[in-house]
Amino acid sequence: MFAYTLRRLAGAVPTVFVIIAIAFFMIRLAPGGPFDQERSVPPEIQANLDRAYHLDEPLVQQFLRYLGDILTGDFGPSFRYKDFTVTELVAEGFPVSLKLGLAAMVIAVVVGFAAGAYAALRRNSGFDAATMTLAMTGIAVPNFVIAPLLTLTLGVWLALLPVGGWGSFDQAILPVVALALPEIAYIARLTRGSMLEVLRADFVRTARAKGLSERAMVLRHALQAAALPVLSFLGPTTAAVITGSVVIEQIFGIPGIGRYFVQGALNRDYTLVMGVVIFYAAVIIAFNLLVDLLYPLLDPRVRHD
Amino acid sequence: MPAIRPLHLLQACLFAALLMCGAPAWADAIHLGNGAEPESLDIHQSSGVSEANIQRDLFEGLIAEGPDASLIPGAAESWEISEDGTVYTFHLREGAVWSNGDPVTAGDFVYAFRRGLSPETAASYAFILYPVLNAEQYVAGEITDPGQIGIRAIDDATLEITLKAPTAYFLDMLTHHMAYPLHRASVEAHPGDWMKPGNLVSNGAFTLAEWQPQSFIRLEKNPRYHGADEVQLDEVFYYPTEDEGQELQRFRAGELDVTYDIPADQIDWIVANLNDQYRNFPYLGTYYYALNTTIAPFAGNPGLRQALSLAIDREVLTQKITRAGEIPAYSFVPPGVMRYQQQTMPWADWTQEARNNRAKELYAAAGYGPDNPLEVEILYNTSDNHKKVAIAIAAMWKQTLGVQASLRNEEWKAYLSSRDEKNFEIVRAGWIGDYNDANTFLELFVSDAGMMNNPGYDNPAYDELVKGGAFETDLAVREGMLEEAERIFLEDSPLIPIYFYTTQHMVQPKVEGWIDNIKDVHPSRFLSVGG
Amino acid sequence: MRDAGVRLLRNRAAVVSGFVLAVIAAACVLVPWFAPWPLDAVDWSAIQAPPSADHWFGTDGNGRDLFVRIFYGGRISLTLGLAATLVAVVIGVAWGATAGYVGGTIDGLMMRTVDVLYALPFIFFVILLMVFFGRDVVLMFVALGAVSWLDMARIVRGQTLSLKRQEFVRAAHAMGLRPVAVVARHIVPNLLGPVAVFATLTVPRVILFESLLSFLGLGVQEPMTSWGVLISEGASAMESAPWMLLFPAVFLATTLFALNFIGDGLRDALDPRDH
Repeated sequence: MFAYTLRRLAGAVPTVFVIIAIAFFMIRLAPGGPFDQERSVPPEIQANLDRAYHLDEPLVQQFLRYLGDILTGDFGPSFRYKDFTVTELVAEGFPVSLKLGLAAMVIAVVVGFAAGAYAALRRNSGFDAATMTLAMTGIAVPNFVIAPLLTLTLGVWLALLPVGGWGSFDQAILPVVALALPEIAYIARLTRGSMLEVLRADFVRTARAKGLSERAMVLRHALQAAALPVLSFLGPTTAAVITGSVVIEQIFGIPGIGRYFVQGALNRDYTLVMGVVIFYAAVIIAFNLLVDLLYPLLDPRVRHD
Repeated sequence: MPAIRPLHLLQACLFAALLMCGAPAWADAIHLGNGAEPESLDIHQSSGVSEANIQRDLFEGLIAEGPDASLIPGAAESWEISEDGTVYTFHLREGAVWSNGDPVTAGDFVYAFRRGLSPETAASYAFILYPVLNAEQYVAGEITDPGQIGIRAIDDATLEITLKAPTAYFLDMLTHHMAYPLHRASVEAHPGDWMKPGNLVSNGAFTLAEWQPQSFIRLEKNPRYHGADEVQLDEVFYYPTEDEGQELQRFRAGELDVTYDIPADQIDWIVANLNDQYRNFPYLGTYYYALNTTIAPFAGNPGLRQALSLAIDREVLTQKITRAGEIPAYSFVPPGVMRYQQQTMPWADWTQEARNNRAKELYAAAGYGPDNPLEVEILYNTSDNHKKVAIAIAAMWKQTLGVQASLRNEEWKAYLSSRDEKNFEIVRAGWIGDYNDANTFLELFVSDAGMMNNPGYDNPAYDELVKGGAFETDLAVREGMLEEAERIFLEDSPLIPIYFYTTQHMVQPKVEGWIDNIKDVHPSRFLSVGG
Repeated sequence: MRDAGVRLLRNRAAVVSGFVLAVIAAACVLVPWFAPWPLDAVDWSAIQAPPSADHWFGTDGNGRDLFVRIFYGGRISLTLGLAATLVAVVIGVAWGATAGYVGGTIDGLMMRTVDVLYALPFIFFVILLMVFFGRDVVLMFVALGAVSWLDMARIVRGQTLSLKRQEFVRAAHAMGLRPVAVVARHIVPNLLGPVAVFATLTVPRVILFESLLSFLGLGVQEPMTSWGVLISEGASAMESAPWMLLFPAVFLATTLFALNFIGDGLRDALDPRDH
């Protein structure tokens, strides 16, 4: 297990390197620079800026400089938010995205799994139809429609909840719900599908034949087996959700890191973009590893030697 | 709309509970929507309006701005200007101190100016200080001795600034954040971090108390400020509000007292439902379409350029499409500019029908017609408003002249790159004056202005008048020269002025001291929240 | 395969969905031809006007007829979904089948490439592609497809690995068929089921993703439009002009519903265990 983990981590090093290289050269090749603005600056000031940020060096030299810097843990100052280093921005923003994302995922898993499993057990019932229709709606309506709808109805018209900001419990409710809704929908659909499959599987039939009560069978065997595909879905999805959602953060004014992926790229904030891309890759790799490590616990057939 | 507030009771209970816990004395706080997250609070590293709003509360330059943006004494109590208009002597306010108790000295200004102009600082707005003698040369590295820059401290309380030429608008420029003083000891003690809460030493009406990036910035009243007695707010909160729709929701929910902007799509709704809280005022800026005069079909073709300008019904455009009170523009320099009489195109008072007829004549004279329509591309940056304007203008050109205009939308940085490299036929652009003087508008189009000269305009007569105006000490003569320059410019039509900007805010009724003004400057020291 | 077709036809939800989808697609093709208003015609007397006899679905902020624009937008959204899915399927099948069949170092390298692309934030990648190609709708479709094939490649590789061990493939191999021929003749046809399911589920994903790009202002160029563009314009005016959100949202949601039901139906029909 330990050796397996080490091997996987060692294998991730070239992956991360390639990601750094791709992201670095892609963002540099995009037209426009970090300091371009409505009022184009005089050439002598542009030259000073380029010199101060080493943008006057050949690209390959900049790349090597960057690699050297990040090896010492220095991700540089953000080009757009100049008073903060990239490390500071990620360190400030990630806990927010993490809290928001985890809260949403916990709700999504509990509600989605329960609804999906129940719908499968009561296949073709009214509950099944209603759940699946709701789930489909959750998937089919974009987040940027649901979020303003929620704030308009619950926040402005009914004045039940604050519509923006971050810090207090009630400020978190709307964004968590908006973030969780599509995930609930996906998980419910996925659980229902895999549950239906499990209920047809041989071992369940055997268990039934052996006279195990339906209730005991579901609780002891079926749910666990049905959780497997959900688990493989959860790895990448959780990683994506906890690294922030640009839509939710922008609409609710939440200081997470999701917006940096978009704003960083659009602002040509070279250092910030590189920082969040590397961070994202690390989170994805860690989560895939985590899922692979958890898998044998749920499915005895899989083992890592 | 009936707003049901079932939480009122709960809030009242909580409030009572807070009181019983011995909550601090009720503090007057204002919550301001502020557009973008500041790129920096360093006065030499920022370039935007959002940053300037906060810095204006934190710092005080030699000259300050009143509640209506008029110039009032700031750190300087009085000043003299030499006969030839090039030497300014400022007498600093007696007893003025920084927020840590140190006195504000002339040396603090000298230090700040030198830092702002230093090539190492690489301040993108350094050019604001270019009227100062040798400032430009120091930025460019042509001189390396900061002592040669035209600013020196005669003693702690007296500052002398020498200009390279008489500059009528110099006092106005001193309100810019590039001209604020800095507290040298704290800047040097915390390089890179001196503008953070706890480190920032300021001389304005407020101090920096808290900064949660992407969340809010909290300022506290500075008890050592010379005008502290008149400052009514104890706290000022600035929130980044990038999504205008959501900003309006927060305002309606009472979470914001003032918004930075309003969502253009909702103007009708706002006017119908919240008109008493809607503020709309002319702004020192012009929205225009620049025609690339360096390439066909616009090079050497003023008739065609005028035809396109004439065929735009600016009345319809501003009343039906943009709808935020914009003023149709028939000149480049907006109305309300000091020391300047607004110029207009000769056909400004024609009916649109007469303009259209004239446009058709010019269009035909330029060799275009139904069999040979003009095909052009309009470049604009991604934004709902720019998109709507471009669609409307393309439709007007098509209806009146039969022009086939296609639209090209690019995200901000790609757009800037295309625009600055003159990779366009027609580009939408806007210009907000840096200071209240015609020069900030007219200097853009002198032939050697570089990238800012969007249309690539090149007319020696214009150059001579604008550049000559910069050295003219007689204000009346200078005004005449600049006005003559704009008349030539409008006749040549290298660009199409479309409308003059207005600023839009939502302001809660409880906010007092808010005065709409052309610079859209509202120092928090003059604001208060009643009730 | 024929059995699967019969089973699919017995799935009522899938059949209804197929019908609805066909109607929407036909309308998107036909309506613009017969429309009373051209795509970019501005009705100066009806700017952001509610539904009326002249404009059945109302007009947008530029006074353009929404009824017409919705069907033009549908053309783009559906074409975009199909084109991107096609690119994703082609790359994904070729990549996954090759990796699975060849195996060894090449498999390792190819799958490592997939890992790298997985760990790149999708949105960052797409935004940069938009910055490079944003002005060309076709390139935009291709770019979207070119980054959506990763799941496909993994599924296909897994299937190929298990197929490779089966008798008929070994037999073909033993008979001296070249690897390319084996993959093309025996492996790819057997992948049809999972690929079809994947494709029906990818189309809605691409359409949704296009709407996210529109929300960020990176959607298709005017005067063309898409459902994503229309919805994001509608979302910002949802209170003052609800029709601008309602109509395009109904079309988008209905289409996505239908595609998902068809995908489910296909999966059930192709599931061999359900015989």
